[in-house]
Amino acid sequence: MKLTLWTYEGPPHVGAMRVATAMKGLHYVLHAPQGDTYADLLFTMIERRNHRPPVTYTTFQARDLGADTANLFKDAARDAYTRFQPQAMIVGASCTAELIQDDPGGLAEALNLPIPVIPLDLPSYSRKENFGADETFFQIVKVLAKPLPRTEGVSCNLIGPTALGFRHRDDVTELTRLLGSMGISVNVCAPLDATPADIARLGAAHFNVLMYPETAETAARHLEKALGQPFTKTVPIGTQATRDFLAEVATLTGLALPADTGLRQPWYAASVDSTYLTGKRVFIFGDGTHAIAAARIAAREIGFEVVGLGCYNREQARPVRAAAKAYGLEALITDDYLEVEAEIARLQPELILGTQMERHIAKRLGIPCAVISAPVHVQDFPARYSPQMGFEGANVIFDTWVHPLVMGLEEHLLTMFREDFEFHDAAGPSHHGAKASARPEALAEAADASGGDIFEQKTGQEPATGEVIWLADAERELKKIPFFVRGKAKRNTEKFAADKGVTAISIDTLYEAKAHYAR
Amino acid sequence: MSLDTPFRSCTDTPVLKERGQREVFCGLTGIIWLHRKMQDAFFLVVGSRTCAHLLQAAAGVMIFAEPRFGTAILEEKDLAGLADANMELDREVARLLSRRPDIKQLFLVGSCPSEVIKIDLARAAERLDGIHAPNVRVLNFSGSGIETTFTEGEDACLEAMVPALPATDAAELLVVGALPDVVEDQMLSLLAAMGAGPVRTLPARRSTELPAVGPNTRFILVQPFLGATHAALIKRGAQHISAPFPFGEEGSTLWFHAVAAALGLDRAKVDAVLAAPRARAQKSVAAVAETLRGKSIFFFPDSQLEIPLARFLARECGMIPVEVGTPYLHRELMAPELALLPHGPTISEGQDVELQLDRARAARADLTVCGLGLANPLEAEGLTTKWAIELVFTPVHFYEQAADLAGLFARPIRRHALLTPEAAE
Repeated sequence: MKLTLWTYEGPPHVGAMRVATAMKGLHYVLHAPQGDTYADLLFTMIERRNHRPPVTYTTFQARDLGADTANLFKDAARDAYTRFQPQAMIVGASCTAELIQDDPGGLAEALNLPIPVIPLDLPSYSRKENFGADETFFQIVKVLAKPLPRTEGVSCNLIGPTALGFRHRDDVTELTRLLGSMGISVNVCAPLDATPADIARLGAAHFNVLMYPETAETAARHLEKALGQPFTKTVPIGTQATRDFLAEVATLTGLALPADTGLRQPWYAASVDSTYLTGKRVFIFGDGTHAIAAARIAAREIGFEVVGLGCYNREQARPVRAAAKAYGLEALITDDYLEVEAEIARLQPELILGTQMERHIAKRLGIPCAVISAPVHVQDFPARYSPQMGFEGANVIFDTWVHPLVMGLEEHLLTMFREDFEFHDAAGPSHHGAKASARPEALAEAADASGGDIFEQKTGQEPATGEVIWLADAERELKKIPFFVRGKAKRNTEKFAADKGVTAISIDTLYEAKAHYAR
Repeated sequence: MSLDTPFRSCTDTPVLKERGQREVFCGLTGIIWLHRKMQDAFFLVVGSRTCAHLLQAAAGVMIFAEPRFGTAILEEKDLAGLADANMELDREVARLLSRRPDIKQLFLVGSCPSEVIKIDLARAAERLDGIHAPNVRVLNFSGSGIETTFTEGEDACLEAMVPALPATDAAELLVVGALPDVVEDQMLSLLAAMGAGPVRTLPARRSTELPAVGPNTRFILVQPFLGATHAALIKRGAQHISAPFPFGEEGSTLWFHAVAAALGLDRAKVDAVLAAPRARAQKSVAAVAETLRGKSIFFFPDSQLEIPLARFLARECGMIPVEVGTPYLHRELMAPELALLPHGPTISEGQDVELQLDRARAARADLTVCGLGLANPLEAEGLTTKWAIELVFTPVHFYEQAADLAGLFARPIRRHALLTPEAAE
């Protein structure tokens, strides 16, 4: 038993729903109690889908448990076939139905439906959403994909995009364009918008583009083994990764590399206005694939300092650990939201790149944040085109990450005029609306409500360096430092004091530390 | 309704009972508002990752403040042996209570998996109550989908609290059902002005304010879904005041009049107290009703608020209910409402969602009230919808909220007319 307040991933049957909802002509019959239908709203509300997920729930109740839940399942499957006439059906159990052991696979088979019926075995008490998606897609591919002659021209399949994925829709468009510029056509994109008939055509492609290892790695490995299709190992998120990806595709196909069409990110990062981004301390957390990609962009393409890196999906722990090591870090592999919050509070980064959950942590701690990975919320499904992959993805990422920060010259001005009663750091960056607030010190001398209040740890923990105290004048001086660097200044000063054996920090200690860490 | 034809109600309308796929929340969802209402209570769901995911998704947004609810997620090893599960539960509860010393009431909330594997949460609550008393009171109820539908979670929670309430012989009025604080305060001040005191509420905002109950207690419900709590209070000897529910000007007035009659209050004084808020409610509802008059409405089952709301919309706003679906129809509690609801609509209980969708598409009502899973798909089919969950997450009871309640239904219709003016003609 494990106490959980918020969860990064849903149960595995929600992963199966992400595959089913992405596809067309497939129906999912889910043995589940009343109430599990809440999962529909993830798709209809968060993703604003205009169709119900193609899922029939048996919605059994207590009175059914004493009677015959197996027949309930059979009726539901038969009715679903009659009403929806799918090309194929997947059947399985949610967590509660797993306990009553009705064997949906066997029951569905006994119906002798004239379509492929694919049973899913998704252990709800040990696995989670990404596993559910990966396993479901694999089972569908295993049953339906057969060897076929390759297409005449060079073609590939895009595999991995699902419903409720972070920018999957736009990543597909971007990669289709990018591969098209090399003369490669897309044979099938799956699961997103694919029918079971399309899955049967997978074998015609020359190779597979594995877009998201979280949802399609098992299928990619199966297709490699069963149909002899190689798959790409680089996930093209970021300028460098996109170039690596194209090089990998060029090697696989023998085709020439395309030009960097439309790529603006490297110039934006090189332009002088971006100088202020240098060495900004970022904390990165998400699914393994997006977290690794984000770390590379942050460190090598924007010039941030990665101070923390981790993922919530244990399946990706190994590559994330390896990536973290490259930045001299120990990876944080956890699905415990409170642990992530404590780590962020400890590290006091200047920017958080995370999921919807880290956005909440960021708001509590008053740290700028951008979302890089699922789980996401309704505002992470923008109306506009905003991919993460390819060259346009690199442009989008640059804009998205820089936007929450105070701009370069403004940062200098805030430092210069930090005593000004109107133009002060707590008012927030000038390009963000609706945040003008009076200088908090002017309202309450004692309370620092700037959101960057580091003396009152909001996680309810004592500061890590409890033995070093701040003298009142040094504490006042620290508060004059703009909030976006105050955390760093406090940490550095405390570390400097501890190293020197100083137990009480004075103004002199503060500036000696500043001089010590100058670079 | 014209004066020359006798009023015909829905009292004798046959109920269409359906069993099939139900597109409804389970009772755990009630925790979303109960944990904000009871400020020193924590709700610990003993369940699966699905339960945790539901709680996070049902609120639509995550609540920024640290929530006073959580899920003890069952893992493989808990399924193996029950002694193990109890020890694990004790450990998690001890950890939780040491982290949150402000918690005075802890609810162990049963879920579908905990019920199927028969974890005895009643015994666990008793055991934990023994360990943590007197600082923390530990109770249990089931919010599982196999036992409860959406608002029945609140009913199960309040039902669980009733046996633990202290006994009294005092003649007190008890108002039952969670209301937003601002609405509760309005109600209490009107009752006080009428001379109805002393008045208690269940649930109370804090465990120190819990009501006592006994044979001289008179209780009245403000929520229609409290059938089990109603039965539990009667078992404690309390006397029920039957009334329509306080939605709209008419519902609120009949509700206060029922209290006044039961307590023998001076009717002239009561009417004097109610005159001003009644006039305000009538005036403000009339303004919103302009948009609603003559429009048809179709209710999917959701919260058991459907019949009282249909009554309000039909009688005070001039809407025409086509179908009124409710997850469960409590005949006794609903009798005053059905007697007021004009004859005409199909009254349906339970659900077979595909068949009901067929009926909703055939009816093409001007407004379809449904859950979040159905709303956007129906909008995409050209129907105008109202998310039902907003009706339980918004202050809608009593006079000052009557127009807000009407406004919840008017807004989608006004919006539709704004965005597609050609269709509105």
